[in-house]
Amino acid sequence: MSTASYQDQFAALASERKGPEWLPALRQAAMTRFAELGFPTTRNEDWHFTSVTPIAERTFKPVRAEKSSVTLDALSPYLFGAEDWHRLVFVNGRFDPALSMFAGLPAEVTVSTLADALKTQPELLVEELGKLAQYVEQPFTALNTAFMSDGVVIHVPADVVVEVPIHIVHVADSGAAGAALYPRTLVRADRHAQVTLVESFIGLDRATYLTNAVTELTVGEGAVVGHYKIQREAEDAYHVYTSQAIQAATSTYHAFSFASGSALSRTNIYTRLNGAGAEGRLNGLYCLDGSQHCDHQTFVEHIAPNCASRELYKGILDGSAHGVFNGKVYVDPEAQKTDGKQSNHTLLLSGTARIDSKPQLEIFADDVKCTHGATVGRLQDIALFYLKSRGISAVSARALLTYAFAAEVLETIEVDAIRLGLEALVFERFTNGVPA
Amino acid sequence: MLRISDLHASAGDKPILKGISLDVRAGEVHAIMGPNGSGKSTLAQIIAGHPGYEVTSGSISYEGEDLLDLDAEERAQRGVFLAFQYPVEIPGVTNAYFLRAAYNEIRKAHGEEEVDPIEFLDLVEEKLKLVDMDPAMLHRSVNAGFSGGEKKRNEILQMAVLAPKLAVLDETDSGLDIDALRIVANGVNALKRPTNATVVVTHYQRLLDYIIPDHVHVLAGGRIIRSGGKELAHELEAKGYDWLLEPAGVGA
Amino acid sequence: MSASIETLVNKEYQYGFVTDIESDTIPVGLTEETVRLISAKKQEPQWLLDWRLKAFRRWLTMTEPSWPNVKYTKVDYQAQTYYSAPKSVKPLQSLDEVDPELLRTYEKLGISLTEQKRLSGVAVDAIFDSVSVGTTMKDELKKAGVVFCSFGEAVHEHPDLIQKYLGSVVPYSDNFFAALNSAVFSDGSFVFVPKGVKCPLELSTYFRINAAETGQFERTLIVAEEGASVSYLEGCTAPKRSTNQLHAAVVELIALDDATIKYSTVQNWYAGDADGVGGIYNFVTKRGKAMARAKISWTQVETGSAITWKYPSVILQGDDSTGEFYSVAVVNNHQQADTGTKMIHIGRNTKSTIISKGISAGHGQNSYRGQVKVLPKAEGARNYTQCDSMLIGNKCGAHTFPYIEVANDSATLEHEASTSKIGEDQIFYCKQRGLNTEHAISLIVAGFCKEVFKELPMEFALEAQQLLGISLEGSVG
Repeated sequence: MSTASYQDQFAALASERKGPEWLPALRQAAMTRFAELGFPTTRNEDWHFTSVTPIAERTFKPVRAEKSSVTLDALSPYLFGAEDWHRLVFVNGRFDPALSMFAGLPAEVTVSTLADALKTQPELLVEELGKLAQYVEQPFTALNTAFMSDGVVIHVPADVVVEVPIHIVHVADSGAAGAALYPRTLVRADRHAQVTLVESFIGLDRATYLTNAVTELTVGEGAVVGHYKIQREAEDAYHVYTSQAIQAATSTYHAFSFASGSALSRTNIYTRLNGAGAEGRLNGLYCLDGSQHCDHQTFVEHIAPNCASRELYKGILDGSAHGVFNGKVYVDPEAQKTDGKQSNHTLLLSGTARIDSKPQLEIFADDVKCTHGATVGRLQDIALFYLKSRGISAVSARALLTYAFAAEVLETIEVDAIRLGLEALVFERFTNGVPA
Repeated sequence: MLRISDLHASAGDKPILKGISLDVRAGEVHAIMGPNGSGKSTLAQIIAGHPGYEVTSGSISYEGEDLLDLDAEERAQRGVFLAFQYPVEIPGVTNAYFLRAAYNEIRKAHGEEEVDPIEFLDLVEEKLKLVDMDPAMLHRSVNAGFSGGEKKRNEILQMAVLAPKLAVLDETDSGLDIDALRIVANGVNALKRPTNATVVVTHYQRLLDYIIPDHVHVLAGGRIIRSGGKELAHELEAKGYDWLLEPAGVGA
Repeated sequence: MSASIETLVNKEYQYGFVTDIESDTIPVGLTEETVRLISAKKQEPQWLLDWRLKAFRRWLTMTEPSWPNVKYTKVDYQAQTYYSAPKSVKPLQSLDEVDPELLRTYEKLGISLTEQKRLSGVAVDAIFDSVSVGTTMKDELKKAGVVFCSFGEAVHEHPDLIQKYLGSVVPYSDNFFAALNSAVFSDGSFVFVPKGVKCPLELSTYFRINAAETGQFERTLIVAEEGASVSYLEGCTAPKRSTNQLHAAVVELIALDDATIKYSTVQNWYAGDADGVGGIYNFVTKRGKAMARAKISWTQVETGSAITWKYPSVILQGDDSTGEFYSVAVVNNHQQADTGTKMIHIGRNTKSTIISKGISAGHGQNSYRGQVKVLPKAEGARNYTQCDSMLIGNKCGAHTFPYIEVANDSATLEHEASTSKIGEDQIFYCKQRGLNTEHAISLIVAGFCKEVFKELPMEFALEAQQLLGISLEGSVG
């Protein structure tokens, strides 16, 4: 579990790296920190149920420069049929202008790749990049910060509403085998701005690679940011993702995480309710099978008073899949009148599936209303029997009830195309070739 | 019994009562009516000693004592009772226990012996009939899971047990169907004595069909803008509040 | 927070006096010699000394756990005394021979060891610092075939039972504090209820730490054979001292097929003063093993200690076994508690219930940490967990850390948690009915804790009432 190979890679790349002066310093600080921290072990409470040994024992290398052979046709099943969305596509970590399309944005809005933004908006980046994501405490964030190659920078100025979602598509194909991809996304929505970000992670071919992504979001006063993360990586891929949002007063941030891919994945969705009256909604659904391991960690920090947070995560686990949910709600002494709700529900479809759930509350203010709940169970025999007695086949009944379980959380999705897309996906997954 | 003189009060920085004067004598029933937000409930809460309001000037004397000098529990022990508009739930504490604790505190304050649970149960069972309440309610947690009507009946039961000198009923009729209203009103009437007084705070006249007031006051914009006999209530029912508000210079 | 709430939660600790009694105290420090010395003082057989030494050697390789959500100055284990006994305690023929100073101490604590004043229906074992002072009602228990005596006595009188069960639920290697206890434990209580016997009395042990700079390391072992049942209570107090004192106990419960063990604790160790100086460090390992259809129930009311680290657990080994955990934990001033339970479902159709009520006041920090683990073979396992926190004032904290680990699809688990404060509207409502603020709060708190208090045996419910300064009549029954 040595970090030495990454230090070597870092040293080798140092000379090739371009960009403003402060950037190498940031990368170096992050690299040094990663060397100190090393890969997390299960002795670390935050990684108690997830061993990253399969990632740590391999050495993933930066991707080789190669021309992309991915076509729009190959991508189209992953685009939610939404032709009007703004789209930025990265193939094996490299921006692909041919597959991308984001010309129709409002003029005030700037969307650019990280590489371009370093040239055109250095002042924004020096102000924001690496300020929210905690590379000092989080080893994978440190690794991303040291190696971040490309990504997207979005700035929506005050009062501007971006009507159509911005879809960032990270595609990996066989060219990613053995590689580590380090996408980095930065979103700033100023006062009363509105924007919806969709991040898709897609594996087209069977390949073992590591995605280690970091997204930072600054949500201004009264701004509304939707954030959908769709993880459909290749089945042998490893995926670690961290997003950190900071919310000003009366802002709304809605993050939804869907996961069905990857051999081992870890998604961290963090938000800090930093201004009075802000609202954070963190929802998610994971559908796992085989020997997949999927870990979600959420962290809602109530720093300011009168904020609300709502959290609903559901898991459907089949085969010998292992799901992990670790949700933390922290309420600062100043955060009076906090209204926090968190739930995690898991449906076990097989006798060998396993769930570890740790919904936590840490409360330091006295005038608060906080609840959390967790349930684990299988499909109710009685409900199955009821459907069968109405002539529905056992398999259909199972699919229907499973779908019904997922429906509650899918309903929180505010973008119709995503909701319909995921509903269809879940339904298909659990009917799996069975005639309706 | 109760004399309120030029009472001004505010909640936080917001003035709500702007000079209320009211005299209530033993044996009388007073109705305080008025549109929403007029300060009716505030007046009721201040009489009971709610800590959320600040009396900025004026006075309230009760049985010759300065009521404002007394803590809420001291007022209760001296016979001031407020039937809450929104009775509060206390999970895990049975109604019977709560009532007995209150009953004994009031007895203690008068230098009387506390009563034991058995004696007390006899006393309560008799009062239960008055409000047509199921004895099983005594063993449920205070107001927890009660319907709106049950909560209001429970307030009247408490009033019956604690036998106050001055009862203030704050919107006791709100949310009640006509049967429940009748039960509550019958309860109040049965408790009327020449030595006690009742102040009924209400938005509608219908409760006053059952509890006949001697005096009716219209409260608006933090002031009493009209006082009269029971016929004033009927007039309000027929004409609404607006005809009074405009001449008094108060917007609805 | 109003002044009267402060008064209520800052009630003076009533049991802070020191008994002036001559003690046989060994020098400070912990080496293999210390372990041998303790064993020699207790005239123990070789096998027990060997076991202690194994534990000690293991302990040397272990580190103090750092994961609990508590902060404290680490204990200097070489600055502690590991054995202290009142000199006057010798093998006694009857309780009449107990030093009158000790009897007076227990009288002051509300525990009468003399025949006349004893609570009827309760047998008491009184433990003063490291040793048992005496056990009451022994004859009545003997008639029923129940053994209830000090651990030291049991080692000599029932060596076969001790050898069979000691360490069978909590092995000496279990954790840092259990290993320490296994090496240096001085005394404790032993209970054995034979097959089919329902213990006719409530059994109770009263722990008192008196000596300064002395750790208390007691060991309790309760065995209920097939179909037997027993209810056991423990109470704890200590003098006020400005230094922290260590209490690292181990409790093992064994409930064989169809047996029932109910274990209740009212813990009121000295909690330190208002500035957080002094108080007991309470690092306790409590665990029971339930065989087929057996039931183990833990009830605890924790109001004392500067630091509490305690997770009474049940290993649901047998099919259809049941585990329960009912807890009220109160922290005030600078107290910190990290407490909860573990329910390990191994057998089929096993069932567990967890009800935890945490009350935080002052600068107190209260953490619930509970694990519910369902192993792959535990078909039909069920758990219900409810943990509620109440906050009084805005400088305290309430934290909930559940660990839900399920590896069987037929399991049904439900976890609910809530945090709230005492509502101003609730207090006003009570005051309007004639109750003062103190009475109102105690009433509301009693209501909040009702589900736990109703699990306490009557005798302890009364003590819990005194402890919390609240009336229980409304919440019990």
